Amino acid sequence: MSARPAAPALAQAPAHDATGRPSHPTSPPTAHAASQRPARIDARYVPLLGTIAVFALTAGFGSVMYTGFFSAQVFLNLLIDNAFLCIIGVGMTFVILSGGIDLSVGSVIALTTMVSAALVEHHHWSAAQAIPLVLAIGTAFGALMGVLIQRFRLQPFIVTLAGMFLARGLCYLISIDSISITDPTYTAISQARIPLWHDGASITIGALLALGMVALGIWLAHATEFGRTVYAIGGSEASALLMGLPVARTTVLVYTFSGFCSALAGVVFTFYMLSGYGLHAVGLELDAIAAVVIGGTLLSGGVGYVAGTLFGVLILGIIQTLIAFDGSLSSWWTRIVIGALLFVFCLLQRGFESRRPRS
Amino acid sequence: MQRLLRHRLLWPFVTLALLLAVNAVFNPGFWQLQWRDGHLYGSVIDILNRAAPLALVALGMTLVIATRGIDISVGAVVAIAAAVAALMIGGELVVKDGVQTHVSRFPMGVAIAAALVVAALCGLWNGLLVAKVGMQPIIATLILMVAGRGIAQLLTGGQIITVYYAPFFFLGNGFLLGLPFAVFIAAAVWGVLHWLMTRTALGLFIQAIGINPAAARLAGLQERLITVCVYVFCGFAAGVAGLVISSNVKSADGNNAGMLMELDAILAVTLGGTLLTGGRFSLAGSVLGALIIQTLTSTIYSIGVPPEINMVVKAAVVFVVMLMQSAEFRAALRGWVVRPAAAGGAR
Repeated sequence: MSARPAAPALAQAPAHDATGRPSHPTSPPTAHAASQRPARIDARYVPLLGTIAVFALTAGFGSVMYTGFFSAQVFLNLLIDNAFLCIIGVGMTFVILSGGIDLSVGSVIALTTMVSAALVEHHHWSAAQAIPLVLAIGTAFGALMGVLIQRFRLQPFIVTLAGMFLARGLCYLISIDSISITDPTYTAISQARIPLWHDGASITIGALLALGMVALGIWLAHATEFGRTVYAIGGSEASALLMGLPVARTTVLVYTFSGFCSALAGVVFTFYMLSGYGLHAVGLELDAIAAVVIGGTLLSGGVGYVAGTLFGVLILGIIQTLIAFDGSLSSWWTRIVIGALLFVFCLLQRGFESRRPRS
Repeated sequence: MQRLLRHRLLWPFVTLALLLAVNAVFNPGFWQLQWRDGHLYGSVIDILNRAAPLALVALGMTLVIATRGIDISVGAVVAIAAAVAALMIGGELVVKDGVQTHVSRFPMGVAIAAALVVAALCGLWNGLLVAKVGMQPIIATLILMVAGRGIAQLLTGGQIITVYYAPFFFLGNGFLLGLPFAVFIAAAVWGVLHWLMTRTALGLFIQAIGINPAAARLAGLQERLITVCVYVFCGFAAGVAGLVISSNVKSADGNNAGMLMELDAILAVTLGGTLLTGGRFSLAGSVLGALIIQTLTSTIYSIGVPPEINMVVKAAVVFVVMLMQSAEFRAALRGWVVRPAAAGGAR
């Protein structure tokens, strides 16, 4: 039973090999060699494979231990309940790949839910008007932080920290109370389920959007000039500059993209919660960073995969599901286990880093 | 005069003075002090008392930031220390000689020592991850920030633990020589640190590590040992702050104690003129920064602005301070100011 979920996960590895190759044009095409000799795996994919293995093991453990765990809906719920985390994770992956960090994502989600709720409920805007506006606000917010970081050489940590305060403060300026949304469009989208199999397993629009963003992220990272420049900046900003890459534009774009992802996650979160509240998504930025790290992206920048982040998010989700299934463990065990996982993955990362030649 | 203008504490000091002036205008009774029951009472005393825990955390954070590090786990350490102390002191109603008295579970000294040791161990964990394992400080401390909050919740069982033991309340509510006792704790920690930094070579060592860790190691400094010690001290300082906070509210709340405190502490350190890039640091500046943050909070409450604005104001302050610290921004500003003037002169 435990081998069942492991099989599809491992089967995905060659697919990542193929998509991952364009980002490292100088390295030899090892994907082909790896398919011939499966015993040897390129060291680049070890963190990613480790993440997938941890997910598979956790899923296998849950399936063996708890009845009803191994069902399509439980695994789809991982995506449904963590769709917003997955979307900000994609944006955060690019920020961390470029060697930066974005602490404002959680509060931009809260601001998005708040602005959406206020516009729809108090000013009677339609969803078609409100959603583009909040997406524009989030994108502009990210762009502003990107300009501050790039133009004035400020530390990403402190700029996005201030952005975090600002976005949460703006929420409270709109209202200190939660605004629940009764708009028919929002409730319809919120309750919409897309059936996948005939046995009743279904998925929400938010989860589909999350999968779409992961696909977009993989494409951006591995098939565009933007993605290659992000990897180059994360590897060494000075070298990227000397190579004539558009470092300034890309740095601003990375934070703009993260801002857009946060706003989109905020829209998904609005569908998920059907309310706007200043205390929504508190601390979510740390979950997103944890998901990216567990997904195998190095915090020093330049190394990592968007697909890893998806599995990082799924691992965070499956830990919560396991604790919910167990029933006897309290919710704070989630935090302790996530902390322990972070520790193990950071140690592994250090192991990989120390084997690479120092720049 | 020139020296005064160049003094690095000038801007934090001016900010604090301005805030105090704004307070005095909006609240005529702001500077009034009352002597009641042998204690001083007044808004200023209140600000001092409330700023003490933040100043303690900021002092520890200053040294960490001076070595190019950052410690975002202090909020969780505050919660853990508070939970340990509250659990060990507890307080049971016991009838002794016909009088109902509250008795602590362990002697108070033992409980306080245990809480501080646990806090210092948290710091040791961070320090070892940073100095020995070589993790980036923000990630090394992120681990404890995430897990530490869970540990604090585990200790308190997710509940608020109330303490019923009067002597413990002295830490956060007591008065000594008319002033709140917490102020004396913060002052004592600052005094010891100031002495260590100015009268021993430690201050120089920390600065050297912050400016260039590799060069400091090559110069024969025990860079790793000093880095570990700095994180241990930061944990210890957060533990003291946790004790003061839990004593002040007579309880320990694993869920919310010290929430977002790491951000306030980093803000206080930045406001005080310590560079986040390491090297130059100012302990007195961080204390001033903590006072600025607490005065800002009090001002917002006292002039009748909704307290929700607090975060927007804080964000604005951070943006202004960091832009002023940026050489690029100052150059750009000079460009904007000079260019229109030059253009006007040419016409």
